[in-house]
Amino acid sequence: MVSLSHYLVLGAILFAIGIVGIFLNRKNVIIILMSIELMLLAVNMNFVAFSHYLQDISGQIFVFFILTVAAAEAAIGLAILVVLFRNLRTINVDDLDQLKG
Amino acid sequence: MNFQDIIFYFFSTVLIASALGVITVRNPVYSALLLVLAFVTCAGLWLLLEAEFLAITLVLVYVGAVMVLFLFVVMMLDINLEKLREGFWKWFPLGGLVALVMVVEIAMIMLGQHFSLEEMPAPEPKAADYSNTKELGRLLYTEYVYAFELAAVLLLVAMVAAIALTLRHREDKKTLDVAKQVSVNKKDRLRIISMPADKKN
Repeated sequence: MVSLSHYLVLGAILFAIGIVGIFLNRKNVIIILMSIELMLLAVNMNFVAFSHYLQDISGQIFVFFILTVAAAEAAIGLAILVVLFRNLRTINVDDLDQLKG
Repeated sequence: MNFQDIIFYFFSTVLIASALGVITVRNPVYSALLLVLAFVTCAGLWLLLEAEFLAITLVLVYVGAVMVLFLFVVMMLDINLEKLREGFWKWFPLGGLVALVMVVEIAMIMLGQHFSLEEMPAPEPKAADYSNTKELGRLLYTEYVYAFELAAVLLLVAMVAAIALTLRHREDKKTLDVAKQVSVNKKDRLRIISMPADKKN
């Protein structure tokens, strides 16, 4: 039988993949945003697993709100990305140094 | 190994493989599509956990809206991929080490006896007429109604912000400025000239 720890370890692996994604693609803002989505997915996975094994549906309400916030975050992040590309013609994180000094 | 275990291991394998694909493939379009696959398999796992409403929401909201938004943005931007891939594997040892330490640490706690089947047995499957959506709605509109309204306001703010950020003002557009029209005075437009009347013959 699948136990709670299976789901928790799966969530941990997903979260770690998201972190490695930020390390690897530290120049590409789009992939960084996708890695953040992966990490949020891992957190949601933990919430749903705990909600199931503890028989408490409040965990699913939390996932509902996390989905809302993540959707808002993705929309605003992509809007900022589009404005950034329109002004600088690049999405390279290294080129975003205009606030320096 | 029963049917549920097979489904769990199948979906987790696909989920981890597609998540690894998201962060390593060269083309951002493929990475967005692999993220879609990851979300769909995750929805399958949530169905296994009897969170039916959230599984469907994940597919509808994430795959249907957020990832399409991602795809649109990826396809609109004309980016130089080679430059973004420079030094791709340079930080892999450090990142891999951090991730490995994290996974091992978490697994050491999670695989202990506290979360095993003896300590937390799998609950009995719900009856066929049990509605996850109904339960969720009941709780959401009673106990969490304030947070629900806050979430609605948050989505409105996000929508306004996204539109305001990307709205482009063109100089040559021909729309009318209502405020300007209303505030016009008579003396701005009408000029009264005094002319002597012509003589009659």
